[in-house]
Amino acid sequence: MPYCLSGKISEMLVIKNLHASIDGKEILRGINLEVKAGEIHAIMGPNGSGKSTLSAVLAGKADYEITEGSVTFNGKDLLELSPEDRAREGVFLAFQYPVEIPGVSNINFLKTAINEIRAYKGQTPMEAKDFLALVKEKQKLVELDGKLANRSVNEGFSGGEKKRNEIFQMAMLEPKLAILDETDSGLDIDALRIVAGGVNKLKSKDNATIVITHYQRLLDYIVPDVVHILYKGKIVKSGPKELALELEEKGYDFIKEEVGA
Amino acid sequence: MANEILAEQISGEYKYGFVTDIEADNAPKGLNEDIIRFISKKKNEPEWMLEYRLKAFKYWQTLEEPHWAHVSYTKPNFQDIIYYSAPKPKVQLNSLDEVDPELLKTFEKLGISIEEQKRLSGVESRIAVDIVMDSVSVKTTFKETLSEKGIIFCSFGEAVQEHPELVKKYMGSVVPYTDNFYAALNSAVFTDGSFCYIPKGVRCPMELSTYFRINASGTGQFERTLIIADEDAYVSYLEGCTAPMRDENQLHAAVVEIVTHKNAEVKYSTVQNWYPGDKNGKGGIFNFVTKRGICLEDNSKISWTQVETGSAVTWKYPSVILKGDNSVGEFYSVAVTNNYQQADTGTKMMHLGKNTRSTIISKGISAGFSNNSYRGLVRIAKGASNARNFSQCDSLLMGDKCGAHTFPYIEIKDKSAIVEHEATTSKIGEDQLFYCKSRGIDNEKAIGLIVNGYCKEVLNKLPMEFAVEAQKLLAVSLEGSVG
Repeated sequence: MPYCLSGKISEMLVIKNLHASIDGKEILRGINLEVKAGEIHAIMGPNGSGKSTLSAVLAGKADYEITEGSVTFNGKDLLELSPEDRAREGVFLAFQYPVEIPGVSNINFLKTAINEIRAYKGQTPMEAKDFLALVKEKQKLVELDGKLANRSVNEGFSGGEKKRNEIFQMAMLEPKLAILDETDSGLDIDALRIVAGGVNKLKSKDNATIVITHYQRLLDYIVPDVVHILYKGKIVKSGPKELALELEEKGYDFIKEEVGA
Repeated sequence: MANEILAEQISGEYKYGFVTDIEADNAPKGLNEDIIRFISKKKNEPEWMLEYRLKAFKYWQTLEEPHWAHVSYTKPNFQDIIYYSAPKPKVQLNSLDEVDPELLKTFEKLGISIEEQKRLSGVESRIAVDIVMDSVSVKTTFKETLSEKGIIFCSFGEAVQEHPELVKKYMGSVVPYTDNFYAALNSAVFTDGSFCYIPKGVRCPMELSTYFRINASGTGQFERTLIIADEDAYVSYLEGCTAPMRDENQLHAAVVEIVTHKNAEVKYSTVQNWYPGDKNGKGGIFNFVTKRGICLEDNSKISWTQVETGSAVTWKYPSVILKGDNSVGEFYSVAVTNNYQQADTGTKMMHLGKNTRSTIISKGISAGFSNNSYRGLVRIAKGASNARNFSQCDSLLMGDKCGAHTFPYIEIKDKSAIVEHEATTSKIGEDQLFYCKSRGIDNEKAIGLIVNGYCKEVLNKLPMEFAVEAQKLLAVSLEGSVG
């Protein structure tokens, strides 16, 4: 597949009027969102507002039905792509609940992933020694114990280790768009600092990050360019980083009042 | 390299479905005393061997085919099978020039390059191969290299001629012809197989391997393997099998016997890839095999490792009799069934000696409409003090039309025994698949990864090259079974 970026597309991700439902129940009810390269967007919202659904739909989870709207990623129709092709195009989802794969080492898992992505781009598999060097370099980023890299994917990892492992994978795969789905949940303050530190180090003018979170806390470490408030499947308010603080102070009720729900 | 033999054999989809157009020397169909005399005569056997066969045949006639296994199939018509089929010309092959070119082509297709084997002879190859096609052993490589160390590795037929004292002493000592229906049948009509003797104090310097191939239509394959490790001896033995794709069911009823003397160790690894039948369950091999080893003397060890992906119906329980004190029995198994395949497989660990230990790791994977059963027996005899067993039986289900079953039996007659049994049943998770996909790994590769991870403990027990190819085989066998 030709890999063409026209250079004219300033938005990396464009979501227009996205509606999605599961088992006939509509969860997303017309999301509009534009993300440019180099930006960090935070999406906040109360429980059940559709935050995790949005991340799952972007990553291509099959359980959801898209009933309306469009998503383009670097000019491509994202919704037309299989989940693996989305990943190969540069979309990365850091899971809220990372999945365990017994017997498959982290290293083997990542090597397979990297080489699949490279094959998609018409590149040859990565040399073993380059790969190991990359592992070493990226491990430091999230202060991941070398032993964890050799253990089975997420098996027997603590909550914090699982989340760090997600960021480690992100560092290894170097996505264009990273979606962090409640990566802060279940993290103590030290783990939070490490995870956020990793994300910040990975930030560049060429990639973008969507941080999905329930609490403002994470945004002390990962400072967003824009904050969106998701409520009942819609983005009801967007603003600068201060919006997160306002939300923290007033609680989600103020949104409910504001949108007259 | 020689290891391509087994490597090639197990990669790709079922690509061994070809038939070689070799003129074969067949016995007429059917089974009676005359056929047995015919086989024995063809093989130029001594009288004692014929008598053994006839005794087995008489006994077999008194038996009924058992049906306690959790499998269902149309019983073979034993009068409709050709019991002897030999690729022609059946002459002693002294050089490659004498080998039928069609036969050589077959070996090439199977990835067995005898030319290369010969060239490498005694240099650096690590696998010696005996090839059994239909009813006879057609070529054994590296015989000379091995014989320098006193190792005997040859076809069973040759062993009967050259080493009758060893054959007489050990044949039937682990699996007597009275053992079961198919063992009796095999004892009556077996045509060839491999024989291996490792003398005292010798560690076999290379992997020994037997490669089984059913080629001719309408034939059954009944081979015997006998492996003896004398005191302080060691050998690692590999077995591989393929067959053409045919609409009919073909019967494979083998007997494998292993004997270990004091401090000896035998590792027996199988990658079983008989033709499993088509997607609708038509055709395929009936694989009814008796495999058993005995740790005859103290401190000896027998280890079975099997990766079972082929056959329409599999029915086998590689077992160990732990007679010697401090002896060790191991069973590591991966059994995959897809489409309409059925497998009833497991092991028996019979603890007779003191301080004996056994380990059972069984991984069943069911997909399609298949049924996969683990059946195992751990028996601790009275007086087998301080015996230990650990069993782990895991089942993995793919899809919702298949079945996984576990039938563990434990009989303990000695109070000092410690027996542990763990079992799990899981489904290959949509979550796991999605997680892999979200990292750029497609469905097939993801299944390969997950399944290989699940089987890791067993695959780790296989010789290196074998393990790599077994991993590929697992992925191929399960292609298209999820999502």
